Amino acid sequence: MKNKKTTDIRTLKKKAIKIRKDILMMLEKSGSGHTGGSLSLVEILVALYYYKMKHDPRNPGWQGRDRLLLSKGHGCPALYAVLADCGYFPREELWGLRKLGSPLQGHPQLGLQGIEISSGSLGQGLSIANGMALANRIDRINPKIYCIMGDGETNEGQIWEAAMTASHYGLSDVCGIVDFNKLQIDGFCCDVKGLEPYAKKWQSFGWHTLEIDGHDFKALINALDEADKVIDKPKVLIAHTVKGKGVSFIENRVEWHGIAPKKDELEKALTELNEELKKC
Amino acid sequence: MQEELKKKPTRDGAGEALLELGRKNKNVVVLSADLTDSTRAGWFKKEFPERFIGFGVAEQDMLGTASGMALSGKIPFACTFGVFASGRAWDQVRVSVAYMNLNVKIIGTHCGVTVGEDGATHQAIDEIALMRILPNMKVVVPADAIEAYKATMQAAECDGPVYLRLGRQAAPVLTKAEDPFIIGKAVLYRDGKDVTIIACGHSLYEAKKAHEKLKEEGIEARVINLHTPKPIDRKLILAAARETGAIVTVEEHTVLAGMGSAVCEVVSQEYPVPIKMVGIKDVFGESGKSMELLKYFNLATEDVVRAAHEALDAKKHR
Repeated sequence: MKNKKTTDIRTLKKKAIKIRKDILMMLEKSGSGHTGGSLSLVEILVALYYYKMKHDPRNPGWQGRDRLLLSKGHGCPALYAVLADCGYFPREELWGLRKLGSPLQGHPQLGLQGIEISSGSLGQGLSIANGMALANRIDRINPKIYCIMGDGETNEGQIWEAAMTASHYGLSDVCGIVDFNKLQIDGFCCDVKGLEPYAKKWQSFGWHTLEIDGHDFKALINALDEADKVIDKPKVLIAHTVKGKGVSFIENRVEWHGIAPKKDELEKALTELNEELKKC
Repeated sequence: MQEELKKKPTRDGAGEALLELGRKNKNVVVLSADLTDSTRAGWFKKEFPERFIGFGVAEQDMLGTASGMALSGKIPFACTFGVFASGRAWDQVRVSVAYMNLNVKIIGTHCGVTVGEDGATHQAIDEIALMRILPNMKVVVPADAIEAYKATMQAAECDGPVYLRLGRQAAPVLTKAEDPFIIGKAVLYRDGKDVTIIACGHSLYEAKKAHEKLKEEGIEARVINLHTPKPIDRKLILAAARETGAIVTVEEHTVLAGMGSAVCEVVSQEYPVPIKMVGIKDVFGESGKSMELLKYFNLATEDVVRAAHEALDAKKHR
């Protein structure tokens, strides 16, 4: 039995709010972690796990499953919350985030059900995605390999080595997704090291690009489906997002990159999210 | 009477093994970063082009891709020069390979100073250290082409990552096809009771010659071929410490954190005896001819003999 697909936008929106609440609760309990870059990822992950990907929480090792590689490993609270909600492991595990002995390490570690790669040192996921696609080509199977990168992460040279490899070998099963939230630890990406013209960079490396609002489910669903139609080259979704999305006092604030909410901040954030839920 | 030894590069032994593995195991794939002929990966490429992946000059990407292939059930052999397989791609080896304990086999050729004229940037003299400090990683330094063949075949069979350290130049063939070779199990190459010389890779030849010179002086030197610096064979090393009471280590590598240091870690904690280390003394390499460089860096037979005398002296004055 595979996962159930959802196309109902309202259901997906409610799911995203639930995931955001779990992320903030996990982070508050752990006392540390990456809030901004977890919140920006939520719709992307929800669209993948509840709409797009073939996966089976009861059979996580199924060879034909689509893969999600979180190359920007610091966004793992979002992935953990989604995996728990899908049933890969009990939700109670979430509250052990970053604690000694917990499989929910500060950055993802292979071994936790549903986690496909260990990551955290940035820039490494896209090469791994290519390796999976190349192995699948030999085995004549074609699950999709999704690789989520941060915008700042693409400062890393290895990303561009991998970008060349994917287009050279025509790895059309590889779909990169850039969580383009415009901020990195040192400030705005454009001030730290300009990325523009961003889509053109990927295009010139031989990739098909799709540029969308990364919080708009309709756009995400359309782009993920559109990507399937490109069968001769790798593709990348440049998903424009807001760092800290969903909580007014966290959105677009660079200082929220690597800190967790305190008790009162959590209460305030949950109140905001509950209000949002009522509007759904 | 000196016997004439056949010479063959260790990279050739590994290249032949890769071909054999290609025929035997359809999951074996070979990855190369533009040094396809130099590393002998080209021999596999010619027969199995569909299982060969070239990366151009991109070692970090190659190691990451190897990780993804291993995660999807393949047994990738990533081939490049030792300097680039280790230092250049070290974080990829650390996070994408060793941390996940994946079945990635890394072939580093052109190791040691004997690679010669290319000089310091191309001489891998620190990668035993870089690889050995990574959890899950096995480090194998074959003494000759026959051992390189066996090590490559066994690397494909064993679980987890393996680093194989190979050389460029034709090196004396010191072992026989029928000799036992097991990754992790050191070999008693020559017996002796006065002092033990522990060597790996090409340095086993210097150890062998030192053994012969010392014999002329009436000194019986034991020689151990420690072809696997990790996991280290504590048993054979500790027996040598107990039975001979003095040790010399020989490696074409820095004395910092290499094979000799691995021996010291065992001996100093479990059965301390005097140890003298023959290796490169915290400096970079140089251009030159192989034999010139061995002498320049004090890695030649006479250096091993001198170290043996020093170890024997230290043993006497304990």
